[in-house]
Order: sequence, then structure tokens, then C-alpha cells
Amino acid sequence: MLGYVLSKLGRALFVVWAAFTITFILLFVFPANPVDLLFDPAELNTIPQEVRDQVAAQYGFNQPVFVQYLERLSQAAIGNFGNSVGSGRRVSDSLLEVLPNTLILAAGSLVLAVLIGFAIALLATGTRRPWLRHLVESLPSASVSIPVFMFAILLLQIFSFTLGWFPAFGDQGWQSLVLPVITLAVPVSGPIAQLLVRSFAEEFQAGYVTTSYAKGATRGGIIIGDVFRNASLPALTIAGITFGNLIAGAVITETVFARSGVGRLTQSAINTLDVPLVQGIIVFVAASFALINLLVDLIYPLLDPRLRATLTAQPVRTA
Amino acid sequence: MTIQLHAPETATSAPFTSTPSALARSAGALLADISRQPVLVLAWIVVLIALGWAIAPGLFTQSSPYEGDPALSFTPPSAEHPFGTDRLGRDLLARSIYGAGTTLTATLVAVLIAFGIGSIVGLVAGYFGRWADTAFMRVIDVFLSIPSLLLAMVIVSVLGYSTHNIAIAVGISSIASFARVMRSEVISVVTRDYVRAAYGLGVGRLTVVLRHVVPNALNSVLALAALEVGTSILAVASLGFLGYGAPPPEPEWGLLVAEGRDYLAVHPWISILPGTALALVVIATHRISTSLRKDQRR
Repeated sequence: MLGYVLSKLGRALFVVWAAFTITFILLFVFPANPVDLLFDPAELNTIPQEVRDQVAAQYGFNQPVFVQYLERLSQAAIGNFGNSVGSGRRVSDSLLEVLPNTLILAAGSLVLAVLIGFAIALLATGTRRPWLRHLVESLPSASVSIPVFMFAILLLQIFSFTLGWFPAFGDQGWQSLVLPVITLAVPVSGPIAQLLVRSFAEEFQAGYVTTSYAKGATRGGIIIGDVFRNASLPALTIAGITFGNLIAGAVITETVFARSGVGRLTQSAINTLDVPLVQGIIVFVAASFALINLLVDLIYPLLDPRLRATLTAQPVRTA
Repeated sequence: MTIQLHAPETATSAPFTSTPSALARSAGALLADISRQPVLVLAWIVVLIALGWAIAPGLFTQSSPYEGDPALSFTPPSAEHPFGTDRLGRDLLARSIYGAGTTLTATLVAVLIAFGIGSIVGLVAGYFGRWADTAFMRVIDVFLSIPSLLLAMVIVSVLGYSTHNIAIAVGISSIASFARVMRSEVISVVTRDYVRAAYGLGVGRLTVVLRHVVPNALNSVLALAALEVGTSILAVASLGFLGYGAPPPEPEWGLLVAEGRDYLAVHPWISILPGTALALVVIATHRISTSLRKDQRR
């Protein structure tokens, strides 16, 4: 068991380290002259050489690449990704400032997405009408096919501009949260619903369902009482993917609705080529992803006794 | 009922040969499918129209995508301008038609990059195993831990803003999923009897890989490529929408939607009609890829 935990932990740490290294190569080594990235391209030619040298020294670009790498890595290990070029503030401060906004949006969307996922799965499993089942089963695929920005614009057009129910932009109160939450929840719900539909259908074929029927249980009673719990667990395995979808969706959702948050910060950091901020955000996202997957890997065996049995039998092989 | 009779036959012959009779049979099966699945037919029609737009835009519209009549700015959809016109009086249908070329070419390049590199990485990792497998798959893990939109944004920002670079960035950010599927397919194919038999007959390693392992493993990867087309269109259009693609006069589907954002309250068609065209194409490609995967499982 300890071996299992350690190997999962090692993998998570490796992912974070490698995400740092890849972004370092992409952002600090790959560009011919990283100092140029720090200035506005339009004003680049007017900046004197002394200023460039000074900035290069300030960011450590005049040192050998490997020294820069070790220095940045050792700082990053204690959570310091340097200062944002745009605002001059620490990367971690800029990130933490907008994080709550995104967390609220993401949490709301996640809850809604899970509800949509279960509604689709229950309807698809519970209905006896084939046409309804086919219709419901095609919803997850449709929900990931509609571009997030397109869906956001449609919602804005209908509920803000035509009906006037919700404000279009900004972040004042819960009303301005409704449309962004729906926008983000729909694409995120797709993979969850797809997995649940499959898992519900599989469990519904299981032997214990036949047994329950034989004992006189009703279709609805079996789905809620027996199938529901067993079929829901696999949804945890895509927690990491769901997190990635939430973050990617947040970039677009926050841009369209002009909300401040991690997504919008990412977009503005990339637009202004704020290299330390971009690296900080990417490593933060990768670390969160690794942490979520680590937690799922550690919690899953506790929830599923069958898996726990195989783990204690051969701890390293399953890892 | 006819499917059940034919299915085992085609399944066994398909991996090895595609004789004319097998082709004729699959054409017949296609016709049978059409009568049974109107939605799938509709999806093919949508995709073929989009391809037509991309290949020969001049056949579908007489209007220029770049030049408009300022006197006609913000004309709502009408018989003459089915999608209406924008701020400069440009015909939005023409811009959507020409935009198909930009967006779909970028998508094609992206999928080819992801498919090519991903298959090779997956093949090497799956075939050689051991340290090659460990090394490649750990790198793939890292790529999977960064949401592909974010990764593509970073790559575009380093390469510079253009539609070409969007295609490269989207391609690189989807390598991981191809590599994973290819690897698991290769691992399962390598242990099959016909591969062992080929070794037993004294066939060289490279020949076995090229003649038996790759063709049989590619099936699933091709199904993924079909799915990835829709996803890549979305990624390309999303990056275009965020402004990382072609500069404004260029028609690109994501950019078209972005251009109409400021006029959404008064002239909603500018964003909504090109955006709907885009959404329909993605829905259609997803529908087609679903049916391809079902055929494969049969």
C-alpha cells in the first residue's frame, strides 16, 4: 500500500517538475531573444541597448541557460515564479487575487455539470422509449460540439439582450454568475454524461439487477437503489479531465462575459507575453491537475473494495 | 438482420485485403445505412458542403469576402445577403464561405501533425516497451496535465500569431491522445497470433511492423482522427476567436464570431450566423466519427 502511495506521489511530482521544465524551454530558451518578449513589440526598436541589458540582468537572462534554469526552479519550488512583467507584482499574488472568482465559477459549473450528467444518464437508463433514449444519448456529443464562445453569445443574446433577465457583463452579485455558470457547465457536462450513460448501461446488465427483478423490485427502484451507487463511482476517474475542461472553458467564458479570473488572466498574460506570469499559471494548472489525479488515485481504492483487494495483493503492479 | 449475416465475413477479410467485391459490399452497406440513418446522411451533407466551401469558394458565392459596400452596412439577413452584412457592408455568407478554407486547412494540418507524431511516438513506446515506453509515456502524462487550449495558447504566443501557427499549436497539443491510443493498440496487436506467426516464418522486424502491426493498430487511431477533426475545428476557431489567428480582414470562423461581439445587442446575426455554421460542421463531424467508431466495433 505504501509503495502504491509513493509511486503515485512520485508521478505527480514528476508532472509538476516536467510542466515547469517544458514551459521554461518554450518561454525562456526557445525564443531567440527572450528580452524582446518583455517589451511591447510596437516600441521594440525605440528601446536603447542599455535598457535591454539592464532588464536582461534584472531577469537573469545574461546568465547561462542552465544557471537560469536552476535558479528559477529552486525559486519555483518555494512557490516564487518571479514578478509579472506587466504589473511588476509577484506572480503568486496576481494569481491568488483572481483565483476565488474562478473557483466560484468553476464550482458552480461543476455542480450543474454533474447534475446534467446524472439527469442524462438516469433518463437514458430509465426510459423504455427507444427514440427518447437515442435523443438523450446524443446530448453529450452535442454539448461538446457547440463552441463555448458561440454558446455564450447565444445565451447573451437571448437572456441578456432580448429578455433582459441577467446582466451581460461584469461581476455584480449572483445574477451575473448565472449565464457564465451555464456556459461553462454545458461543455463540461458532456464527458461526464457520456461516461455515466455507459456506466449505468453496463451496471444495468449486471447479475444483481436480474436478482433484484426476481425479488420483485421495480425498474426505477433498481436504478436508484442498486445501479446508481455502483455506476456513479467511475465518474471520479475523469476528475482530472473535468478540471482541464473547466480551466480551458474558463478562459473563453471569462473573456466573453468580461469576468476577472484565472482564465482571463491567462489570456491577458499571453497577449502581453508576460512570460513569468504565463509560466506560473501553467505550472499552477498542471500542479492542480496532478493533485486532483493523486487524490482520486488515493481515494478510489477506499471507495471501491474490489480495487482495494487487488492493491493489497500486488501493490506495485497496479500502479 | 442482413448485417449479422455479413458482419463476420467483412470483419475477417477487412484487415488483410480490400478486394473489389469487398468494396462493392461496403458501398451496398453504405446505401443501406443511408436509408436507415437520415441524421448521418444530413451530417455528411453538412461536411461535404463545408469541404466544397473550403476547396472552391468561388462556386458558392459571387460576393467578395474582403470588399463591401459601406452603404449596405449592417443589412439584416435577406434573399440577397442570406447571412446579412457587417460594419463595412461585407457579405457575411461570402466571408463564412471563404472562412471555411482558412479554418478547415488549419484543422487538417493540426490533425495531420497530431496523427503523424502521435502515431510514431505511440508505435515506438508500444513496440519497444521498457524504457522507451516509460520515457515517452511520462512526457505524454505531462502534456495531458496541461489543458490543450492553454498549451496551444502558449505555443502560439511563442511562435507568433497566425493561422499557420495556430494549426501547429493545436496539432502539438493533441499529440498526446493519439500517442496513447496508438500505444495501447500496438501493445495488443503485437501479441496476436498472426504477428507471432510472421516472426516464426522468419519475417524481419521492420517488415512485421510495417505490414502487420501498423495497419492493424491504425484502425483505432483513424477513428480517433475523425473525432479529433471536430475537436480541432473547435480549438482552431477558439484561438481565432481569442485573436491569436489571422489579422482582421482575413475571414476565419472564430474571428468572424469575435468581430460581431460588439454589435451583439443590435445586430446579432453578425456573430450568430457564422457561429451556427461552425457549430453545425462540428456537430456533423462528431456524428460521423461516432458512426465510424460503431462500424469498427461491429
